[in-house]
Amino acid sequence: MNRALKLVGRRAVSSIPVLLIVVVGTFFLLELASGDAVDAYLVSLGGGDAELARSLRESYGLDRSPLHRLWLYTSSLARLDLGWSVAFNRPILDLILERLPNTLWLMGSATAMAFALGTLLGILAGARPGSAADRVLSIGSLALYAVPSFWLGLVLSLIFAVQLRWFPTAGIETIASGKTGLDRALDISRHLVLPVCALGFIYLALFLRMMRAGMAEVWRQDFVLAARAKGLARSRIVLSHVARNALLPLVTMLGLQAATMLGGSVVIESVFAIPGFGRLAHEAVAARDAPLLMGIIVSSAVLVVLVNLLVDLAYAALDPRVGAGEPAS
Amino acid sequence: MSFLARFLRSPEGVAGLLLLACLLAMALLAPVLFPRDPLSIVGRPLIPPFADWSLPLGTDRLGRDVLAGLMHGARTSLLVGISAAVVALAAGAVIGTLAGFAAGWLDEALMRVVDAFQIVPPFLLALAFVSVVGASLPVIVLAIALGAWTGAARLARAEVLSIRERDYVAAARVIGMHPLEIAFKEVLPNALPPVLALTSVIVAGAVLTEAALSFLGLGDPNTVTWGSMIAEGRNVLRTAPFLSIVPGLGLVLTVLGVYLLGEGLVEALARKRRRQ
Repeated sequence: MNRALKLVGRRAVSSIPVLLIVVVGTFFLLELASGDAVDAYLVSLGGGDAELARSLRESYGLDRSPLHRLWLYTSSLARLDLGWSVAFNRPILDLILERLPNTLWLMGSATAMAFALGTLLGILAGARPGSAADRVLSIGSLALYAVPSFWLGLVLSLIFAVQLRWFPTAGIETIASGKTGLDRALDISRHLVLPVCALGFIYLALFLRMMRAGMAEVWRQDFVLAARAKGLARSRIVLSHVARNALLPLVTMLGLQAATMLGGSVVIESVFAIPGFGRLAHEAVAARDAPLLMGIIVSSAVLVVLVNLLVDLAYAALDPRVGAGEPAS
Repeated sequence: MSFLARFLRSPEGVAGLLLLACLLAMALLAPVLFPRDPLSIVGRPLIPPFADWSLPLGTDRLGRDVLAGLMHGARTSLLVGISAAVVALAAGAVIGTLAGFAAGWLDEALMRVVDAFQIVPPFLLALAFVSVVGASLPVIVLAIALGAWTGAARLARAEVLSIRERDYVAAARVIGMHPLEIAFKEVLPNALPPVLALTSVIVAGAVLTEAALSFLGLGDPNTVTWGSMIAEGRNVLRTAPFLSIVPGLGLVLTVLGVYLLGEGLVEALARKRRRQ
């Protein structure tokens, strides 16, 4: 365990400069925007005089130089203060923390579904490379891999929510249902089935293809030949020799896909009207709320770093070589 | 056996080539067959498909020709997908080569920037960039490339690190070539092949990202895109599901074509290597 903790500590320290680059980069990107939060606020009010705009800018600190504001922003970030959302008139951190659980449920379930089904079907396809099952699964997964998630979401809701009425069309739970405990959990999971499928299917296809390709690679190795020569049962070779060795790259992929999946949830949450983190990003863009957008980008980067730390831990648990000796590059 | 012959022996590659050829024909013929602005109103709203032969696929909620939109949309999708891939690959190759060849602090700094780009969700980055700079096709291409160049940069750097030690690079140094000249004239061209293998994945990703952006209303408002057609059709999803389904099928076929073509090329290259 000590080994894993050291690994995590090293990774956490090395991600601080990277997060700083994200903060500075995002700050100057949003600095490019014509107009600021005060302009957007005045538009939403229906107009205002120059004096009001000046005093508002002064109260938000928008009259200072960009470098000065970058310094103010970074130092308040260090105190976990993400600033104030003009569009929602609330602290940004509160907004993000309120929306994040919905997105984490969505992403977590989609990842679990994609990983479990993807490896399972991948093992099925990779057990006999070139077999009929392999052909069908390979072509099917390639087709699935090409489907845009938001369109898949629309089609799924058209079939299963509008036509068959099996699942609700939108939202995260029935509004004002008064449900609590297990009832509420069931209600939320019924709402999540379609969005999870829409978000997760593309990763299911990815994991299936990786597993299959990895297994095809392992089949050619000498130790598989040795296992065969020993007379091991085929199922045993497939599961505990071939599949096991092909599984490790998938764990790495899990971390690499975290950022993409967070981006994908922006569209899925908009399709299914889930009040999550991704939808907040869309709302921030629509309301031209630059500080909110900035807070969202920075916290999504932190989230991705955290997911990758978890993946590193999982990897260290699965592969005893990781972090055992000198720091691996 | 020539490369073309080897390529034609892979069924995936041929299928992909045919799909993309059809889409390319659609894109090229769009302004010839439908010279009018595809966003202009041509008839009654919501004419169902196959009802009126002058408008074979019917009209949308505002009475715009769906077939004209589809063909012009193929143009946008392919244009954005290919340009974004070119920008991402070029930027990635140049930055990766610089990092790998320079080594030391420049390498360290550039790779931390690559890391930073990799922990920000590419779609969020594109969303922020488009909303800040304003939606137009070049901006969308740049926004997509911003999230796609890191893979190419990492690959190029890894490749350059091994090429850097070869004898011909040492020879170039001895004859007094400028390091930048060595990096970009001698090393970069040799580091390119594995980087170019990323093309199909990047093009496919770019097509999907563009569609998602315009689905959310962040596309160029003056061009027809499949994403915006799906978003438009969504308003009448229950009564005319056709309007969202057909442009989505266009997207699926485009991305599938790109992947299949990529697989075919990789397979043909692998066969060549096996024969050598």
